[in-house]
Amino acid sequence: MIEQLIVLTLITGGVYSLLAIGFSLIFGNARVINMAHTAFFMLAAYGLWYFMRRLGLDAVWAIVITLPAVTLVGILAYRFLINPIREHHAAVLLMTVAIAMAFQEAMTGIFGNDYWAIPALIPGFTDILGVSVLNQHLLTLGIVAVVIVAVWLILAKTKLGIALRATAQDAEVANLMGISVPRTLMITMGMATGLAAVAALAVAPLWTIYPAMWTPPLVMVLVIVVLGGLGSIRGAIIGAFIISLVEVSVTLFMPSYSYLKVVFAIVAMVVVLIVRPGGLFGVLFEEERL
Amino acid sequence: MFRRLFKDFRFSVLPVPGRIIAIVFFVVLFAFPLITDRSYYLYIFTISNLLVIFAVSWDLLSGYSGQVNFGHALFFGVSAYSVALLNKYFGLQPWLTIPIGTLVATGIGVATCIPALRLRGPYLSLLTMAFPFILLGLVMAFKGVTGGEFGITGLPRLAETPVARYYICLIVMAVSVLIMWKLTDAGSRYIRTGLIFHAIREDEIAARASGINTIRYKILAFAIGGFFAGLAGALYAHILGTVGVSSLSMVMSFRAIIYVVFGGIVSIYGAVVGVYVLQTLLQILGVGGTTWVGQNQILIMAIIVILVLLFMPEGVAVWIRDKIERECPRCKLTNVAWRKECRACGASLYTEKKAVSH
Repeated sequence: MIEQLIVLTLITGGVYSLLAIGFSLIFGNARVINMAHTAFFMLAAYGLWYFMRRLGLDAVWAIVITLPAVTLVGILAYRFLINPIREHHAAVLLMTVAIAMAFQEAMTGIFGNDYWAIPALIPGFTDILGVSVLNQHLLTLGIVAVVIVAVWLILAKTKLGIALRATAQDAEVANLMGISVPRTLMITMGMATGLAAVAALAVAPLWTIYPAMWTPPLVMVLVIVVLGGLGSIRGAIIGAFIISLVEVSVTLFMPSYSYLKVVFAIVAMVVVLIVRPGGLFGVLFEEERL
Repeated sequence: MFRRLFKDFRFSVLPVPGRIIAIVFFVVLFAFPLITDRSYYLYIFTISNLLVIFAVSWDLLSGYSGQVNFGHALFFGVSAYSVALLNKYFGLQPWLTIPIGTLVATGIGVATCIPALRLRGPYLSLLTMAFPFILLGLVMAFKGVTGGEFGITGLPRLAETPVARYYICLIVMAVSVLIMWKLTDAGSRYIRTGLIFHAIREDEIAARASGINTIRYKILAFAIGGFFAGLAGALYAHILGTVGVSSLSMVMSFRAIIYVVFGGIVSIYGAVVGVYVLQTLLQILGVGGTTWVGQNQILIMAIIVILVLLFMPEGVAVWIRDKIERECPRCKLTNVAWRKECRACGASLYTEKKAVSH
């Protein structure tokens, strides 16, 4: 039981942290709450399914086409729809929800309100600690590890990372230091949607693909990001594993009440927020004082 | 008394096009069953009136007092479900279940404050967005009691005929909107809540420094918002005769926000315009999903929202109002936009540029 709990927590937490890192990145830099984040994830899953199943392309080609395409859609959506109204956070929230709903309806219109599946990128099982784990799960964990290291390297070691962190701390001063803030924000949005697409790559073979598939993970991502502290990448990763621990224990120990996993996750978030209103690693910014 | 009413009408309604439109709108609504008695149209308008209450209550909580709530369906759904459960398991009739459901929603509104008072800005929005999912999880987990995704069916109708139901909902809507309009009127001499809500939204620390107990007024805002959203939910349950999980869904929360932002946030009439354009018009054009408009309703709504946010960020109703009305720079009286001088004090309306409001 304990082995199962650990392995499943790691896997679910990995998926959630992939989604939460992107969400946190774009909030931390652009102060945009991107409700369409998991909609990009949905788009990427549809893209993979379309190229692999409908057109019969190789998995590698499907990935090569889908990842840049979704990233481009994200950048374009940011440039033309979100950027003009970036100052009002309620308007941005609404805009991203509208974008997500438009994507959902577009997918329903094109592919119908049906359920689809794509095969695992690496088929088969592996036995770990007596729990048989899908190889796709292991691939997910591998992708998560690579992505976390890559994001950390970009943020900590490159010039772009310095620009990103400077913009996150104070966009005005960053601008005065010669950093092009609009370009930095667009790159951030591209990274965030790219991460959502990578998450789809890891998860799409495990979940069913349908037009409304973006809402269940969105709720979990929101809970994780608020719990970990908005805009904090460390918080997003740790929050993802906390929430997945809660979720997996509910499913394992009370299987007949597995619908309650969202309830327990939200209760965990509320408890954290009551103790620490800024989340675990949240930074309260001066202009957001009240 | 009648002379005074007539005088009021003559001098403060007739010269202002917005007020004429509002009065004509309500007269048409009250006369509507005379124009048509097709129950489909009556049904659409009945639902629209309930959504107006729902949207305006969101505007009061989030627009006026600035507590941006992205889970307003919580109040709507909790009331609808308590109405349905009370009726199913205790056999209570609508005249008793509706007040109880409304009170339950008010209580939930106050309970929401426990975490919500500590948070603000995006944290508050995201926290409140998560709340309906707690209830949704409970509904799905206890299928035996709540019916799961199929909901509870077979509730008694509010009244026998569609016309009676239409008038009940219309009158409730008119009274609720009037109350909420008075509660949020910042210029009122008798009710201070409007002014205080504005103050809390603009600068909470300054409001607190001026001796306002902001905690109390935030709780009040949540209670009022919960009360009216709950009223709408309770009536909705008895109009439809069924309660399903859709009343708690994220889409339901966002409907309120979409209507209000479309019409114009922080304006009561904006919410009314939003509901009547987006809900009623799309429903009538959609004819129950048989036409192209009916099948792509959500897509059309999403695109309209995107366009409105980009090109009229202050909302359609406010945009139109600014085109046809103009505030006198000296005496703050509202005038028709095509007048050159104020109708009361004679000051020129176009000498100075009107300050751009936020």
